[in-house]
Amino acid sequence: MKLAYWMYAGPAHIGTLRIASSFKNVHAIMHAPLGDDYFNVMRSMLERERDFTPVTASVVDRNVLARGSQEKVVDNITRKDREESPDLIVLTPTCTSSILQEDLQNFVDRAQLDARGDVLLADVNHYRVNELQAGDRTLQQIVQFYLEKARKKGDLGIEKTAKPSVNIIGISTLGFHNQHDCTELKRLMSDLGIEVNAVIPEGASVHTLKNLPQAWFNLIPYRELGLMTAQYLEQEFGMPSVDITPMGVVETARCIRKIQQLLNAQGAGVDYEGYIDHQTRHVSQAAWFSRSIDCQNLTGKKAVVFGDNTHAAAMTKILAREMGIHVVLAGTYCKYDADWFKAQVSEYCDEVLISDDNGAIGDAIARLEPAAIFGTQMERHIGKRLNIPCGVIAAPIHIQNFPIGYRPFLGYEGTNQVADLVYNSFTLGMEDHLLEIFGGHDTKEVITKGMSADSDLNWTKEAQATLNQVPGFVRGKVKRNTEKFARERGLSEISLEVFYAAKEAVGA
Amino acid sequence: MTVAQEPTGLNFDCETGNYHTFCPISCVAWLYQKIEDSFFLVIGTKTCGYFLQNAMGVMIFAEPRYAMAELEEGDISAQLNDYEELKRLCLQIKRDRNPSVIVWIGTCTTEIIKMDLEGLAPKLEAEIGIPIVTARANGLDYAFTQGEDTVLAAMAHRCPSKVTSEAEKEERNAIQKLLTFGRKAEETAPASAPKHPPLVLFGSLPDPVVTNLTLELKKQGVEVSGWLPAKRYTELPVIEEGYYVAGVNPFLSRTATTLMRRRKCKLIGAPFPIGPDGTRAWIEKICSVFGIEPQGLAEREEKIWESLEDYLQLIRGKSVFFMGDNLLEISLARFLIRCGMTVPEIGIPYMDKRYQAAELALLEKTCQEMGVTLPNIVEKPDNYNQLQRIKALQPDLVITGMAHANPLEARGINTKWSVEFTFAQIHGFSNARDILELVTRPLRRNNSLKDLGWEKLVQEEAKV
Repeated sequence: MKLAYWMYAGPAHIGTLRIASSFKNVHAIMHAPLGDDYFNVMRSMLERERDFTPVTASVVDRNVLARGSQEKVVDNITRKDREESPDLIVLTPTCTSSILQEDLQNFVDRAQLDARGDVLLADVNHYRVNELQAGDRTLQQIVQFYLEKARKKGDLGIEKTAKPSVNIIGISTLGFHNQHDCTELKRLMSDLGIEVNAVIPEGASVHTLKNLPQAWFNLIPYRELGLMTAQYLEQEFGMPSVDITPMGVVETARCIRKIQQLLNAQGAGVDYEGYIDHQTRHVSQAAWFSRSIDCQNLTGKKAVVFGDNTHAAAMTKILAREMGIHVVLAGTYCKYDADWFKAQVSEYCDEVLISDDNGAIGDAIARLEPAAIFGTQMERHIGKRLNIPCGVIAAPIHIQNFPIGYRPFLGYEGTNQVADLVYNSFTLGMEDHLLEIFGGHDTKEVITKGMSADSDLNWTKEAQATLNQVPGFVRGKVKRNTEKFARERGLSEISLEVFYAAKEAVGA
Repeated sequence: MTVAQEPTGLNFDCETGNYHTFCPISCVAWLYQKIEDSFFLVIGTKTCGYFLQNAMGVMIFAEPRYAMAELEEGDISAQLNDYEELKRLCLQIKRDRNPSVIVWIGTCTTEIIKMDLEGLAPKLEAEIGIPIVTARANGLDYAFTQGEDTVLAAMAHRCPSKVTSEAEKEERNAIQKLLTFGRKAEETAPASAPKHPPLVLFGSLPDPVVTNLTLELKKQGVEVSGWLPAKRYTELPVIEEGYYVAGVNPFLSRTATTLMRRRKCKLIGAPFPIGPDGTRAWIEKICSVFGIEPQGLAEREEKIWESLEDYLQLIRGKSVFFMGDNLLEISLARFLIRCGMTVPEIGIPYMDKRYQAAELALLEKTCQEMGVTLPNIVEKPDNYNQLQRIKALQPDLVITGMAHANPLEARGINTKWSVEFTFAQIHGFSNARDILELVTRPLRRNNSLKDLGWEKLVQEEAKV
């Protein structure tokens, strides 16, 4: 047993559901008790989804506990097949079905006899894998299922496209800024003269999966989702893949060079150096930003980075390599893939933290006192408590991290967005700090309704100076209470005497 | 249970139980805030934790007095000793937070692996010196607000039956003290000697609402001698045989049963104090049991209705469809029908016809008086079927969970998120306006957005 207040990666079934509901016309049926369909709320709320989330539960209740699911799961699958005629129904096990140990594969086989669509059992174990690993596995499982099916039917598309083309693998629902990243990647591919053969799973139909082998290569933008699929495609069809996340100026260039190398190996004869140079120096503002005076001021500032593997590693490199910021700690909650993370970031930071215990991260931040944090929503709240600004760079995320405006983290527009995020975090921190030093304008508590500071009360120099010595977080309150005290007594000037009298009277 | 005729005119249906609701463990979110010296330990898996973390949003960061005891594979296969594991965690909680009570919330997983929480608790309680209350609030048996019911039913066993020391009497009489705060001693003296048998109310409500309802009864000469739950665990009310009890919420059947059967209390079966009509009926029923003639209630109710007129104009004649997920549905529907709305369907997770008898009777009476057809009450609804019915009926408002709200809005159907009714203050005369504030919000939003021509925002081929 583990005492836990917060978790970074969700349970396994969330990963499966994210994959299933990313595809078009795929329905997931959870074998779960009442209330476990919380995924629908998250998707409907966070993504502001207009369509009903294609996830239903085959409810496990007392009767199921006593007698087993019997016909219930099969009936629910065939019913959904009739009602919505999905191409595929994914039966999704949960923590509950993991311990009930019912033969779910048997239900799937039986349901398949009646169902017109395909039926699959997601091969994930709640107690062994988390959301991210389960998502990776489910995507691979679905791809393999449809490629094998196509191979049997003999309509597998293995003929390469005439022009260089790519499969973008790993864009999914509830992924951090995935929609914007997808648009940016498509734009990048089009700039490079590469056709997009398929984007999976988001918005894809399972019927098009048989054409995956037609692409010249696969692009895996995120470390957490798509690698298993890419490995499978490599084994079966010899498809090469690029798994360099194009996040940050240097990494984007590295990703493009890798693509160039793969294409040229297949005889494309492309040269992207001119494109990289033009984008870096004139289109993306990030390279120029790193030379500007603004960024100079950030030199040597301390930062802590924490998140999933993809974003924490990329962010660490951007901060250290492209902005001269001192990353005192880089960490990830992807414990299962810790070696990769260590290899990526160790030369760019003082310390590496592999943990999914938010207490440990909070303690590390408190100990290191960085000038800014780049983390998840949890780190944002740690920052709030410690008065350290935080830029959110990875899931878990809230609704404000699903912006309507265009905010990719990948590609050249992504570098601009990241630069803004970094810069805004630090300036806010500096401004705060300066205010503290100069006892500055305290706008936290409203004293008068209007913005103009036409107070009818005068503070004497001494009283004002004493007020400024009051710690910032209560200063507004003290000021307000003192003025209230003075007003009630018809005093127009607040002297030191009045100040202390007020303090005694109202505990201000 | 007090004798009440089971209503005959209402039509009850039962569907498949394929509906969306919150897991009952969500009750920790409001109960830990209500019972200030408690700590809630949810013994379950990542799934439970993920739900709580996401459902509670911002609250989770405020150092909540609740946590997960997350079960790992070793716990499931009994390689680890449950008792030792729970002891380790509870000692840690004692050290870090020092609560007056630890509430264990049993989940689906503890049910399936048959972890004997009720058996372990007394042993561990004796060993670590903190009361441990066990509530099985799991998704196998219960929906959403029923979680509170299981916790309060367990708490009912912990209410003292006699108070020996004066100091403790003081403490457990906190509500009285609160109400008489600032008055002189002689003035408060009669207050401690009511002219009727002791009355204890049950149901967790925000403190301002508790004060409000207690004062409302006090005006009629009814003294509330305690409230389950109180602000602190150490202030749980005294309950002796023969005491009267009354519920303030429709989902508290187990608590009511426990108070009657185990604590030998007499239950006052009344409609619930939701809406001015419900509040009046609730007070009248309590008064009638104690042989008190209620004073000025009709005028009071009339005044409230008058003050609601601006909102009533917005909803009169409009229809509202309850998909059902929190058990407040019958009371809310009854209130909205009195407001002039029509209700084709009331979905509800679970319908206790005995505990809600008076409320159902009032619903039926209200329908007759307002001249509207009786609603169809659908227990354990099937959300898919309901969506088909909504499509056919095109109601003016659907009260539903978040899973369906945005998709329905995109199809031009107004929705109100049902969970808000659980967290808003909706009890008593003065909160009637808050209910209507919630109900009318989508309609007011529409008034400001009308004529823009973009009510339906899905392409036609998209499926419902």
